[in-house]
Amino acid sequence: MALAQNISTVDDGLKSELGKKGIVVTTLNELYNWGRRSSIWPMQFGLACCAIEMIATACARYDIARFGAELFRASPRQSDLMIVAGTVTKKMAPNVVRLYNQMAEPKYVITMGACAIAGGPFIDGVNVLRGIDRYIPVDVHLPGCPPRPEALLYGLMELQKKIDGQTIETTEWYQKGLKREFPIPEYGPKGLIPKFNPEIWNPREEDHRRERYGQPILIGKKTKAPNLDAPPAAPRPVPAPAATAPTSPAAS
Amino acid sequence: MKIEEFKTLLELKLPGIAFKQVRDSLLVENPSDLPKVAFFLKNSDLEIDYLSSVTGSDYLDYLESVYHLYSTTKKTGLITLRVRVKRDAPNVPSLVPIYRSAEFQEREAYDMYGIIYEGHPDLRRLFMWEGFEGFPMRKDYIQEDSEWLEPEDLEWLEKHQVPVTEEMKERAKTPRIIKKDAGE
Repeated sequence: MALAQNISTVDDGLKSELGKKGIVVTTLNELYNWGRRSSIWPMQFGLACCAIEMIATACARYDIARFGAELFRASPRQSDLMIVAGTVTKKMAPNVVRLYNQMAEPKYVITMGACAIAGGPFIDGVNVLRGIDRYIPVDVHLPGCPPRPEALLYGLMELQKKIDGQTIETTEWYQKGLKREFPIPEYGPKGLIPKFNPEIWNPREEDHRRERYGQPILIGKKTKAPNLDAPPAAPRPVPAPAATAPTSPAAS
Repeated sequence: MKIEEFKTLLELKLPGIAFKQVRDSLLVENPSDLPKVAFFLKNSDLEIDYLSSVTGSDYLDYLESVYHLYSTTKKTGLITLRVRVKRDAPNVPSLVPIYRSAEFQEREAYDMYGIIYEGHPDLRRLFMWEGFEGFPMRKDYIQEDSEWLEPEDLEWLEKHQVPVTEEMKERAKTPRIIKKDAGE
């Protein structure tokens, strides 16, 4: 059965005029989304330096409480938003996915910083997961290293926009057969198994870094270890001071 | 104290143990002499009582275990000791009985370089998980290609009923590691 779109057809100017007279005109959907977007409770956890910026955002100067998102909950069962703030190591990734699975619907994810998005400067590390979006769906990607508190507030506002665009009739979490639990990766002999969840994420077709993956540093004639027994290289000679500058008119 | 003076002092006090100066550090030629040296440093007048760090390093021909020592009572240091071991038999006596602070540091060096500290009370991996194979900081470690699904990944995905495209299954059949001959 097709459901009618519950969209307000009242003119914005009329609404404003009525508001001045003390009459509120709204729709159930608007009211519902207003409530949800004004009380996003993030989960209280941080993984690396981005968490420091997240803490700064929560403090008085930037004051995330202006957006109603000041209540950092220590339990995934009570939180609506997961801010993945920092590098996700392969050892930590299964736990992050498990926390996501434990969150109650509706749930949202913001990846904060380059590391959580794609590995950041540590992308070539053996221990670093190249982005948490390999295992869980992400709503807002927030670039930066780390993003400033203003950026996190902007990300939160973008998420609020997304929430405002959702309607009760079509929201996923009231539909039958919603699957938003994702299998938790396991520790393998070389890294995580699987390397990504193809349901959510797939590698790019063209990757200029591909040649570098899976290559050993060769031990042979080409590679040379530094010879510690040789005396250290002489310091670079200090360039001789330039010839005396032409005398300035003041001195002459 | 300069490293040259320090070397002469140690050679005088510990006859029979060969030392060699390597830049600003002292190489203990025979790794099995290391506990004797450390015991002497800690219990003599030098009072070198603080082992700040134990690290490994890979020089391709050999592995090194490097120790940084200070004295907190005499405010002296830094004294650097080195031990060289073969890549295929990297056994170094543990310093845990002498310096307790070596415990985690040696575990880290074992985890990353595979240097086996003999006599360590609990030599397990520290940063990587149990079941991880290989020593990732060694220069011949081959890192996995994390953009490429392998048969075990497909098996896991099938077990968890995650749909996988045929194209991806085909890709998994081709080997992902391109090995080049050493010394080309």
